[in-house]
Amino acid sequence: MNWEPLLLTFKLALVTTLILFVIAIPIAYKLSRSTSRIKPVVEALVSMPLVLPPTVLGFYFLVAFSPNNAFGSWLSEWLGIKLIFSFPGLVVASLIYSLPFMVHPIQAGLSGISKSITEASYVMGKSKWETLLRVQLPQIKPALLTGVVLSFAHTVGEFGVVLMIGGNIPGKTKVASIAIYDEVEALNYDAANAYSLVLFAITFCILLIVYLVNGKYLKGFWK
Amino acid sequence: MIQIDLKKSLQGANGAMQLDLNLEIAEGQFVTLYGPSGAGKTSTLRMIAGLMQPDSGKLSVGGAVWFDAESGTNRSVQKRGVGYVFQDYALFPHMTVLENLNFAKAKGASQTLVNQLLELMELGDLQHRKPETLSGGQKQRVALARAVVQKPEILLLDEPLSALDAGIRHKLQGYLKRIHEEFKLTTILISHDVGEIVKLSDYVYHLEAGKVIAHGKPETLFTGQSISGKFKFTGEVLKLEQEEILSVLSILIHTQVVKVVVSHEEAEKLQPGDQVLVVSKAFNPLVYKLENG
Repeated sequence: MNWEPLLLTFKLALVTTLILFVIAIPIAYKLSRSTSRIKPVVEALVSMPLVLPPTVLGFYFLVAFSPNNAFGSWLSEWLGIKLIFSFPGLVVASLIYSLPFMVHPIQAGLSGISKSITEASYVMGKSKWETLLRVQLPQIKPALLTGVVLSFAHTVGEFGVVLMIGGNIPGKTKVASIAIYDEVEALNYDAANAYSLVLFAITFCILLIVYLVNGKYLKGFWK
Repeated sequence: MIQIDLKKSLQGANGAMQLDLNLEIAEGQFVTLYGPSGAGKTSTLRMIAGLMQPDSGKLSVGGAVWFDAESGTNRSVQKRGVGYVFQDYALFPHMTVLENLNFAKAKGASQTLVNQLLELMELGDLQHRKPETLSGGQKQRVALARAVVQKPEILLLDEPLSALDAGIRHKLQGYLKRIHEEFKLTTILISHDVGEIVKLSDYVYHLEAGKVIAHGKPETLFTGQSISGKFKFTGEVLKLEQEEILSVLSILIHTQVVKVVVSHEEAEKLQPGDQVLVVSKAFNPLVYKLENG
């Protein structure tokens, strides 16, 4: 069995999740505190990937990043980045695709913290930044875990977006879900089954751990 | 000296309301804000702490201007450094009692005050526990200790004892008194409990619909007359019984029920549930030494 597609899948999921974790926290923080009129617009945009067919997302990425268009040619000429049919392109697309899975749990967690706890920290002279790091985030560990795991799992399960923007280049963009499709097309059911089983087992284990931890079966783990 | 001259329009449960306050609090005083819900008591504390911005007016503490609408001065909540005890305690759930206290302590401040407070509030045995394992009264002691650890210029207490039952409340009033005597912090308390107010505070402001409608020493304010009794207790009328010549009142003082006789005319003014002040002027009390244990 060729492990390359699986390794690529997990590399993509790992990189995406790490970057998402960093960018989703400020977004979730702003959304949880904002009373602005444009808040619903931002929320709708963040949630779009939940309902939009991945092919739509992939199609627009393809159009936007294409070197034939303004944005794509600017990227390649000025920054030397080629996002189409490349691993960095997959990462960028995955960031958008999995954004709601990271933002939603964190936003819900932050909104659930009682206002007086945050205010108590301010009264004690702690800045907003210090309050976020030392008071707010440590309290929502289960939400952070949920966000990390869902984003990771969702990126592992990506297909349509990858197919549109990444294509099927072994070692670069051929992730496991594409490989499965490829093997089925070629009638190699055994190979498809091997990939599928691995994905099935791993995603099951990941989700099981989340429910065990967040369901307090592993008492004291987060305390 | 705290000089408060603040205005703020608030959206209360009973519609819009104009909060308009003008008061002065001497350093080291224990002052209570008393009045019905929605009178603007909590908003007043929040404006002093810097958690809510007044519309206009001026606030100065010990000569330093904390807020002045005219010059645009508004010291941030972080820089005001008041001690604030919230109604729901607001303890950090992921930290132990000791960590809660250390979090509030200024950077580089010595550990002595933390240890002193742990001892004073009898929290030594609980210091490594998480808040969720504590009772309401214990949580409140932690919240109080945590607010004092900051060495604040002002201690603000937003109905700190209202969620507790009578016995524990009585005990915590003792802690509050001890804290105030030990650290001489200028303290502003919000309370509905007349007994508590009389016991703890030097001065009371009675707020209604955003305005001070009465103020004075608590005994004077709540009885309408100046009393110079030797023994004073506050309690709640439990029962009124009409006898032939006199009426018998059963009054709950702290946790004891005491029977007192009053004339029929006096009894007519009272009904069960009333808060009363029981004063005895000249008498010869019997004093028994209590054995330990």
